[in-house]
This record gives sequence, structure tokens and C-alpha cells, in this order.
Amino acid sequence: MMTDLKVQFNQSTSLSDPMLSYPYQIQRVRRESRDTFTLTLQPASGPNRFIFLPGQFNMLYLFGVGEVPISISGNPADTQNVVHTVRAVGAVTKAIQKLKKGDVLGLRGPFGSAWPVAECRGNDMVIVVGGLGLAPIRPAICDILAHRPEYGNFELIYGARSAKDLLYKKELEQWRSRFDFHVNVTVDSAEPDWQGDVGLVTAIIPRACFDLFHTVAFVCGPGVMIRFVVMELLQRGLKMENIFVSLERNMKCGIGLCGHCQFGPFFICKDGPVFSFDRIQKWFNLREI
Amino acid sequence: MTDAVLLVGDRVVIEAGHLQNLLQALINTGFQLVGPIIRNGDLVYGELKTAADLPVGWTDDQESGTFRLKPRGDEAFFGFGVGQHSWRQYLLPSRCRLWHARRDGNSFVITSNRQEAFRYAFIGVHACDLQAIAIQDRIFLKGKYIEPSYREQRETLFIVAVNCTQAGGTCFCTSMGTGPKAVSGFDLALTEILTTAKHCFLVEVGSGRGAGVLRHVPHTSATAEVQEQAERLLQKTAAQMGRQMDTVEIRELLYRNYENPRWEEVGGRCLSCGNCTMVCPTCFCQAIEDITDLTGQEAERWQRWDVCYTLDHSYIHGGSIRSSAMARYRQWLTHKLATWIDQFGCSGCVGCGRCITWCPAAIDITEEINAIRKSDSA
Amino acid sequence: METLESILAEHSFLKGLEHRYLKLLTQCASLVNFSPGQVIFTEGEKARQFFLVRHGKVALEIHRARRGPITIKTIGKGDVLGWTWLVQPHHWHVDARAVELSRAVSLDVPCVLHLCETDHDFGYEIMKRFSHALVQKLKSLNLQLVDFYDD
Repeated sequence: MMTDLKVQFNQSTSLSDPMLSYPYQIQRVRRESRDTFTLTLQPASGPNRFIFLPGQFNMLYLFGVGEVPISISGNPADTQNVVHTVRAVGAVTKAIQKLKKGDVLGLRGPFGSAWPVAECRGNDMVIVVGGLGLAPIRPAICDILAHRPEYGNFELIYGARSAKDLLYKKELEQWRSRFDFHVNVTVDSAEPDWQGDVGLVTAIIPRACFDLFHTVAFVCGPGVMIRFVVMELLQRGLKMENIFVSLERNMKCGIGLCGHCQFGPFFICKDGPVFSFDRIQKWFNLREI
Repeated sequence: MTDAVLLVGDRVVIEAGHLQNLLQALINTGFQLVGPIIRNGDLVYGELKTAADLPVGWTDDQESGTFRLKPRGDEAFFGFGVGQHSWRQYLLPSRCRLWHARRDGNSFVITSNRQEAFRYAFIGVHACDLQAIAIQDRIFLKGKYIEPSYREQRETLFIVAVNCTQAGGTCFCTSMGTGPKAVSGFDLALTEILTTAKHCFLVEVGSGRGAGVLRHVPHTSATAEVQEQAERLLQKTAAQMGRQMDTVEIRELLYRNYENPRWEEVGGRCLSCGNCTMVCPTCFCQAIEDITDLTGQEAERWQRWDVCYTLDHSYIHGGSIRSSAMARYRQWLTHKLATWIDQFGCSGCVGCGRCITWCPAAIDITEEINAIRKSDSA
Repeated sequence: METLESILAEHSFLKGLEHRYLKLLTQCASLVNFSPGQVIFTEGEKARQFFLVRHGKVALEIHRARRGPITIKTIGKGDVLGWTWLVQPHHWHVDARAVELSRAVSLDVPCVLHLCETDHDFGYEIMKRFSHALVQKLKSLNLQLVDFYDD
């Protein structure tokens, strides 16, 4: 026996059934690279207020096609817009790539653990990201910049395969023009017009500027990149409890009840995706976990 | 029939012939009875209308990869162990619709969500399965997010537990501390006493609801003799376990043996069929499916039981994290016996033995744990 | 008769190494065989020996979740297996796996490092050879980055 109810947009309803998706309308689509694009969303109806912490993700649903977990990439201070940078790699994301302004996606969230930006105040910050890894970190960068005086040195090391693959190019330039934010951008190989570094992010870590005793590092990118970057950071003398990483696993429910995103004893959707490296070190070194 | 008010912890005796009265009283209160039945020569859970629907006079022989039903030679109502079904198929069914939506211009609107719950009364829940339900309560009701369908189904549930008077060939509830006696979590608990002289049930009251139902069933007070008989039966059962598992520091054991060569060895035998997950009373993995009709105007989200042995289970774009059969077997067993403890504060295994009985490759988790202990690097 | 010293002398990595240094090196050396598929060392392990490959083929791999092991280089007769033992923290940076039946001279890392420390002339001879080999590797790796085979 079905009860016929029309679900209104209502934050409190989502608490009683966290599997319901709410319609959000695309306000803007910006192409970042050949296969990556950024969507700006607002609720299709009802109050417009979305609060999230940097590092969290939403489950985005395309009507009748499917649902995918996507990190939130927007500025947490902007509570009116929900921003997602998406790479088209599978059936759902390739279908989302075809959407235009005015089209609607289902959304539920935010879920997951956050980059500890507030707890890190007083420290030097080193952020090392690769490829699409800049997207889940961007909210943390925005938050740190919004409270810039409360941190020491702030350094970003961002690597991608080529200049064509870089995200947020305009914003990168804005960040680079600040005197209180040291932005290193490096690619694997480049054309002559490239002004930045060529080489892996791991090569830049030895010369990055930070106070060993008062530094927190955030690392985001493919698993292999995290592995070798953390190795370099530990070589520099950073402690594991001061290195935070964002991990990825197959997520289906996003709320720790379906069992898919398990990584050892952790549910990536609920205990993560952001972890301090000391907490997960044992599991990270095992294969096929 | 005594009119004295019954309290939780009280014990009474009902004659075997009055078991039917108990079932009828539950039906009259609006419960739908489910319990063990024989269907197509198999011991499963299904709808019960009368006490005669139970597998009266049947018992089971269980070993690795083996399950046989055979006649007992007496008229016991509950003289068998557990079959391939567990009770979780009623609490969170294998297919569960989460919501239905239809297109609304550019957008969509959700038109209905979850099903209403049934008022179930489970008849004949063994102690191991009682613990399994308690474990699933922790997963679905005590976490940050609550499973709404499970909660609704669980709220009305009436449980008539049954204390095992014989142990099965693959049972090891004593090793896991989950049986053979049902200790809590039931409305009524029955111990069947069948001798040449009598056939009755010692009934323990587990809740106010249980006491209420018992008022409609002819019963007498439990004598010391009957209570001792029941106690002796339980002791006999506890001594008869077909398997045992040393659980001392088992979490630490498995945490330091992730690279033990035994995993490769058992991985070579495991078929990745997932039978163990399907018969396990605590497994809870779900797949979420979004579907649409041919017109694309209507969509639904469904939840269905999933199995960690598929390549799909750990798939993210690019490939599966656990691509080898070894890694998938290791995931299941280390989750069940080790990481579960960190996640939920208790073991995921209740010692029911189903995974041992229903594995077509006759893989025995008690044997695997013994092998890992023997070759433990520590 | 083939001695350990003559086997060492044969290997192209040690070509031209003086007889007295070869003799020193034999203290640290032993012969090893690897069967097809045998894992020789894994990423993260402490590097206790490195190897001069005499026969067969060894794959250097980096393991990635989902993609499994990715072979980044294969080496064979005349090559040296293992470089990161040379510098702190003396851990392996990659996995090594014998692709086919292989034979090698195994050289004990603490032994070789000790010899280099106590006899700087010996140390220089070893470092010269390693520098040369590393430069060759780097030249090759550089080219691996420029889409060498694509227009």
C-alpha cells in the first residue's frame, strides 16, 4: 500500500529519509577542460540555503539515469550556490555533461568528513593536489583565504598532466597574484608558452616553504599520487597526524548503510573522505583493501 | 489457566497442544506470522497459519556444503537448526523501493516513497538469530543515519524465540557468546520439552507485550522440575556444538595477518558465488538502483541486497579495488570478524553456521581462522 | 674455473673495475636465481641487497589500485636491479618481479656501503659507474615524457 505524498523541498525531511533526492536547477555550466566541467546549482524550489564543510560531497542524481558522489567545489561562504566540478568518465557523468542551464539534477547531502580548516589555524598550510584533486580542496582554499591572517605560510602545489588539464585557470591566476599565497603549478610536459614548472608535484615538495613544527598538509588526488606525495612530506619531517588526505571508494548510499565504500574498518562516505594519515596509514599500505 | 499478572522474567508452562492457542492469539492481535516451514523439501521461513504448518517431526543434518532434512521419529515442533533463510529478509527485504518520481517539466517530483510495514510475528527465532537482529539494530538504528524501512518494520515486530535443544553440525554459537540460550530481545522464549511422558513448552516472558499475549493461552506455573529439565537440555546443546572458533583477540589476529599466504590459498577455492553473504543473518550490503520506464517519464530508486564478492562491489571508474577472488574473500571474512568490531562494537558473526553449510566449495570459516592462528606471524 | 670474482668481472656494470676491488666486492656477493613470476622486492621494503642481472628479465612495477601493477621498465642481462638503496631512507621505491627465469649476483647493501665508506677510492669507482648508469636512465626517462612515438 503506497502513501501518495508529494515531497516538498525541506531540509528536515531529508533527515528522516536520507535517500530522497531534491531537484536542483543548473544556473551555470563552465567548461574546464575536454572532459571536465563545473556546474553551479540552486534548489528548483523552496528556500535557497545550502551549508556544507570543505571536503564534503553530495550525491547527484540524473533523472532515470543514476546517482554519483561528487565533491562540493564551491566557496563555503556562499550559501546560495552549490558548485560541483565533474569529470565525465562513466554513464552518469557523461550524461550530466550534456546538461545545460535550466536543466535539473537531483541532489542529496552534504555527506562526509571535512578538511579541518578551522582546527588548523595558527599553522603553515601546504596543499598538494593533482589532476581533479583540486576540486575537493578548493572550498578549503577559499576558507583559508577568507581567514588568511590566522594562518602562517600558505603554499599550494598543483600538478596536472598538461596545461590543457588545469582547472579554475582564472582563479589560479588570481591566487598567484596574491602576495600571501604561494602557488606552484606544474605539468608533466608543456608547450613553449608555458611559464610554470614542468615535473611532478613530488619534485617541488623538497623546496616548499613551511615550518616543520607548525605545519598541516592537505593532499588530494589519485591514490598513487597521495602515496608518493605523503612519502615526500614524511621525508621532509612532517608527522602523519598533520597530513590529511581525501580518499575515494565506490559509494552508493552515501550514508554508511550500504557497505560499498568500506576501506578496512572505515566507511569512506561517513568516516571520510577526509582522514588524517596516521589514522589510515595501516590500511593505505595494504593492496586490494 | 491462571489469572495472575505475568511479569518480565516469569516462566510458565504451556502444553504442546496449546501452541496453536499462542499462534491464534497473535493472529487475533493483528500479527502476520512467519516462521520455519518445509517448502519443496527445503527448510525455509514462510507464512504460518497454524502450528501444524511448522516442520513438525523434522530435523536437519548439516556439514560443510551439506544440508539434509530427515524425519525425527517424534512430533517435536522445533527439532531442527537454521536453514538457508534468515530473518533479515523480513526486516529489510531483498528488494525495497525507496521512492517513485515523475518528470515535471524540466524538473521532477517524488510521488511516493517507502512501503508501509507489515506487522510480523517471528515464530521460532534461535538465539543466534536473535543476536543477529540485535546486531542489525545497531547498524540500521544506532548510527548517524537511520534506515527508515528497517525502523518501521522493527517497531511492530513480535518475537517468539526458541531455545535450541540440539546443536547443528556447523553450529558454534557458544564460541561467539550468542547461545544456545535466548537471553534478551524476545517477547516470549520457548524451550520445547518432549519426553515419553510429556510434550510441553517452558515459556519465559520477555516483555509486557509477551505477557499480554500469554494471558490468552492456557498455561500453568513452571515447576522446578521442568525448569531443571529445560536447563539440562540447554547444557546438552551447548556441549554438542559442531564447530568451535577461538575468538580471543581475533580482531588483532586478523589485523596483523592481512598478508598471510592462507588468503591466497582459500582464494583459490572460493568461487565468489556469494552464498555466504546471502545466508548470513548479519550481512547488510545494499545496491542502490535508479531505474526508469521506457518513456523516461517515470523513475524509481530501489534498494536490493548486494554481495561483496562481485567485481562491481568495489568498482570505481577504471576498475575494481578488489580485483582478485582472494581479496574479496578476505574482505568478507575480515569484515565479519574484525573490522565489524571497530564499526559496531561487536562481532558480525553469531555462530549460526549457515556460511559453512551453504558454501558450495565447503569453505569453513572456523577452519580458516584456525589456519591463520597457526600460521600467525606474531 | 668460474669464480665469484670472474662472474663479477664479466658483468658490464663492473667493466674495468680493478682486480683488487673485485676481490673486495666478493665479500658482499652471492649468486641467486629467480623463478618466473617470483617477487624480488616490494615497494616500501628496506633495501637489503641490490642485484646485477646476468640472465633473464625482471619487471619494475608500480602498483595502482584498480589498474593493478604497471610495468615501468624491464631490465635484463648486464643491467643493475635496484637504485634507491643508494640514498636515504634506503627503501625500495618500486616492486620488482622476475618475468622469466633469471639469474643475478646479489650484493649486500650494508656491506657495499661500508666498503665505500672505508675505502673512498673503491667508493668513487662504484659511484662513477652508478652516475653513468643513472644518467643513461634519466636520458631515457626524459624521452618517455614527450610522446616519443606520436606525431
